Amino acid sequence: MYRVAGILSPLLAGACVLSLLIGLYLGLVVAPADYEQGDSYRIIFIHVPAAWMSMFVYMVMAISSAVFLIWRLKIADVVAVASAPIGAAFTAVALLTGSFWGKPMWGTWWIWDARLTSELVLLFLYLGYIALRGAMETQQGAARAAAILAVVGVVNIPIIHFSVEWWNTLHQPASITKFDKPSMHISMLRPLLIMVFAFQTLYFFNLMVRVRTLILEREARSSWVAALAGERTNG
Amino acid sequence: MTPKRKQRLMLVSLMLAGVGVAAALGVNAFRDNIMLFHSPSDVVAGNVAAGTPFRIGGMVVEGSVARDQNSLEVNFQLTDLGQSVAVSFDGILPDLFREGQGIVALGSIDSSGKFTATEVLAKHDENYMPLEVADALERAGNMPGTEATFKNKTTVSP
Repeated sequence: MYRVAGILSPLLAGACVLSLLIGLYLGLVVAPADYEQGDSYRIIFIHVPAAWMSMFVYMVMAISSAVFLIWRLKIADVVAVASAPIGAAFTAVALLTGSFWGKPMWGTWWIWDARLTSELVLLFLYLGYIALRGAMETQQGAARAAAILAVVGVVNIPIIHFSVEWWNTLHQPASITKFDKPSMHISMLRPLLIMVFAFQTLYFFNLMVRVRTLILEREARSSWVAALAGERTNG
Repeated sequence: MTPKRKQRLMLVSLMLAGVGVAAALGVNAFRDNIMLFHSPSDVVAGNVAAGTPFRIGGMVVEGSVARDQNSLEVNFQLTDLGQSVAVSFDGILPDLFREGQGIVALGSIDSSGKFTATEVLAKHDENYMPLEVADALERAGNMPGTEATFKNKTTVSP
């Protein structure tokens, strides 16, 4: 796993930078202004990928936590730990960019509607997970307690996604993730999807780097890590 | 799969099911509170007491906006395509406010059924398109409406 992550991370970093550049150029320069919102809508190219990733990363975290609880796979726990801060960052970005858009468009920075509130709860789930990890004395106890929190918190994900359909909210309903055709013109949709790909690779790149570090940290006493360290210092 | 793992798998699935049911019950119980706004039909049906502050959401009726010449006061009709409610507001409207646009207003209703707003927020719909495409659709009469956004989801018990 350590080696695989080492090979994958430069590839992912390259794909991320490339798609980020293309996506931002197409989104901020080439894509036309919206008929109603003008240029302000361009924050969507950051906001929507960040919001999707905030949920995607949580799903990764919850599934690997469940795998860890059932099969006691150490690597699953490492993936969950490594994902938490990345997911929290995506959530914070989604909330902040949404707020910046909300002020000129809706007329308010924040409103306690179902979508915004459930996304805020997601941020607290991530922070709670990180805090719970840090608060427990033993590595094993912390891993188990945090995994349970991650699995339980997964109920929030469908609530976030369907909040705009189940209840009256100020947040608009989904433009793309629905069975109908997207309510977005292709010239705007294309850069958005490229940005989504860029955010995906950004996540996996970060994940690989963090997983490598965590494995080294945890296996610090094992012989292969010692050999690796020896190689580095001698070479 | 060893019996031990099977047991843990059962435990995790049970936990998920339990939390899922609890969340569903909770969310259902607080349905009315989670609704950000009431629809005009709801208000006309008398499900909201006069004098208590609440939010109303709907579309601004075309041609109903009347601005006062000497102040910021503006009067308009708000509809969910069923019923409509007269709204009056004295303040600065958001950029997206216009006829046919969805809005959410905070305020209260008086005994005559008129809604006085203290805050008006624009509700954007999920359609994004360039100006030229919007013009073309408008000419062809295929403009996607904001109606879908204001389907009456509120079935509030009085």
